[in-house]
Amino acid sequence: MPEVARINLTDSKVERESRPELFEEYIGGGGLAAALLSETLDSSTAPLSPENVIVLAAGPLSPYFPCISKTASVFRSPLTGEYGESHAGGRLACAMRMAGLDAIVITGRAPEPSYVSVMDSRIEIRDARTLWGMSSTRTASRILQERHESRGLSVSIIGRAGENGVLYAGVTVDSFRHFGRLGLGAVMGSKNLKGLVVSGTGELPIPDRKKYREIYNKVFDLVVKTEAMAKYHDLGTAVNVAPLNALGGLPTRNFSSGAFELAEGISGEVFGSNFLAKQTACMHCPIGCIHVASLHEQFGEEHEFSTREVSYDYELIYALGSNLGIGSARDVLRLVDACESAGLDAISAGVALAWATEALDKGVLQLHDTDLVLSFGDVECYIEGISRIAAREGKFWHLLGKGVEKAAAEYGGGEYAVAFGKNESPGYHTGAGAIAGAILGLRHSHLDNAGYSLDQKNLGGYPSAGHLADAIIEEEIQRQVVTSLHACLFARKVYTPDIIRECFESAGRPFSRVKLEEAGRKIFNLKNRLRIRLGFDFSSLRIPERVLETPTPMGRTKEKFLREVIEAYKKKTCE
Amino acid sequence: MAAITRVVNMERCIGCNLCAYACARINRGTVSLDEAAITVKPAGGSEGSHTVILCRACAEPPCAEACPTGALLPRKGGGIRLKKDLCDSCGACVDACIIGAIHLASGEKKPVFCIHCGACIEFCPHQVLISERRENA
Repeated sequence: MPEVARINLTDSKVERESRPELFEEYIGGGGLAAALLSETLDSSTAPLSPENVIVLAAGPLSPYFPCISKTASVFRSPLTGEYGESHAGGRLACAMRMAGLDAIVITGRAPEPSYVSVMDSRIEIRDARTLWGMSSTRTASRILQERHESRGLSVSIIGRAGENGVLYAGVTVDSFRHFGRLGLGAVMGSKNLKGLVVSGTGELPIPDRKKYREIYNKVFDLVVKTEAMAKYHDLGTAVNVAPLNALGGLPTRNFSSGAFELAEGISGEVFGSNFLAKQTACMHCPIGCIHVASLHEQFGEEHEFSTREVSYDYELIYALGSNLGIGSARDVLRLVDACESAGLDAISAGVALAWATEALDKGVLQLHDTDLVLSFGDVECYIEGISRIAAREGKFWHLLGKGVEKAAAEYGGGEYAVAFGKNESPGYHTGAGAIAGAILGLRHSHLDNAGYSLDQKNLGGYPSAGHLADAIIEEEIQRQVVTSLHACLFARKVYTPDIIRECFESAGRPFSRVKLEEAGRKIFNLKNRLRIRLGFDFSSLRIPERVLETPTPMGRTKEKFLREVIEAYKKKTCE
Repeated sequence: MAAITRVVNMERCIGCNLCAYACARINRGTVSLDEAAITVKPAGGSEGSHTVILCRACAEPPCAEACPTGALLPRKGGGIRLKKDLCDSCGACVDACIIGAIHLASGEKKPVFCIHCGACIEFCPHQVLISERRENA
């Protein structure tokens, strides 16, 4: 423990190793995955070459305790060229652990489209030629689900976007969860890897049944009987739409405004009252934060209807709603479903389409480039746009599939290409914390350090750039522990250092509070070194003019201040 | 009168499997789905509805009738009980249960089934499961 399986797709070789020393240093999940990537990946490796490495890792307390159900994936990102890390829920982490695995390392390129099957100790690379090119990830996922029906089975799948090498193609895990960001789908596609199915019938040891049950009940009570996680079940993350809009921090029409006059039509309340069909859950999590809408549509005159299940969250409503000028929840769901079918990261796809719309309007792009009229608020053009991004046909759509920064480098309009570190922006235009957090975050994600939350606590302004840099670093270090457990970040208020220590103890693997803090710092430093080794450069960080021009709830953000934050962060983390 | 654990609000199930982990934890002292006597079956990934499968406590249990060694016996008040030393792991009970509420654990190959202890009930966040007293059983 940790138990690692190394799968080489080129020659179908599978090797296993135990790495107990990595648990002591890096816990598991994101920490373990980064350590394995760091020792396996050569810095000169191109992201879409067979030599790129994918590491999937679960946490050591999964599934001992509820809400510890996340899997970390790490790889060299084809979108940013740098360190790639993306997390998914679903059943994958629990399935890996029940199959006796803590991490899976995938290298090479399969000669033919394939999928990896992990059934207990049997690991096989199987023919997926017939699944390749299938129009919907949903269909491919169902087929693998039915072929491998077993308890707790997890199915991960890429879509057309990943097969075709769109650099922000994602991976769908168990229908509704995703390794969405930074292009794991493209890396899998380049390896001829359509998907991964995992299931296990194993069990984990409990040294002291009484003690374990006691701690379990304590955690269970915190999860379901306190307010710690209540908002994630009720309206879910979509609850953020209305307050962010009222604050003036809801990115609208390619970040040209922080307020959307049609926000009422895409609020969490509208989704919850008019479209929510059910909430569903990741394995071993009672919260049920996965909000699934029923999209019921008439497609023929003779009372012909179709019904699709579409999962939604705040980030998707921003990227495919307000940022595209879409003010109807139904239209947002249609766009979410289009991204889901194609296997595209919804945030990147939305930001790319928003940039293209503005560039076309400003004459930076011509109609002969796009071959499609794009205008804010027009759902049909975006449905078509999503399909073209995934298909990658024609010079423009091919380039747009490389991300908004690369497309703007070719055509112009970089000042309103809203990406940080080449990763399209998350949905918070709240102030300097959100911007600096996304630029500096280890994976350029709003979840790295929650800069948007710092903004909302400092609406009057930050005492100093150094203060903000410190807050970003401290939050990110603390989150390394949670994402190495690997608990859901939504449960971060439940899994305090003391609770974590008790959990480890009752599972027979003591981990002192001091050691946990040390591990958080160590993991942060490892990832920071790794990203610098892969090309992250503090001196060349781009800040798109658009996010400086558009006022935030804290007023306009000054570039000078952001540069000072970057400098302070660099000084502190690279000393 | 014996207490029977029943599924009453199947449509509310969110597929979290806390019931299954509770069963394995409390009855078998382990962390495992395979050791759980309750199964949550998803339909097509996480889409569609979940189906919760556990022993229905048949009045005349077909599984016990099918057992050739007399290891599986009807339990007073519904459900079944196992005389482990008589069980030869033939799997006849598994085939006899048409809802699939019995399986052989992958380790010791003995049947795993619900003993209607109700341990899972308090861990279900949506009251899918209840405990019920049966009259005349």
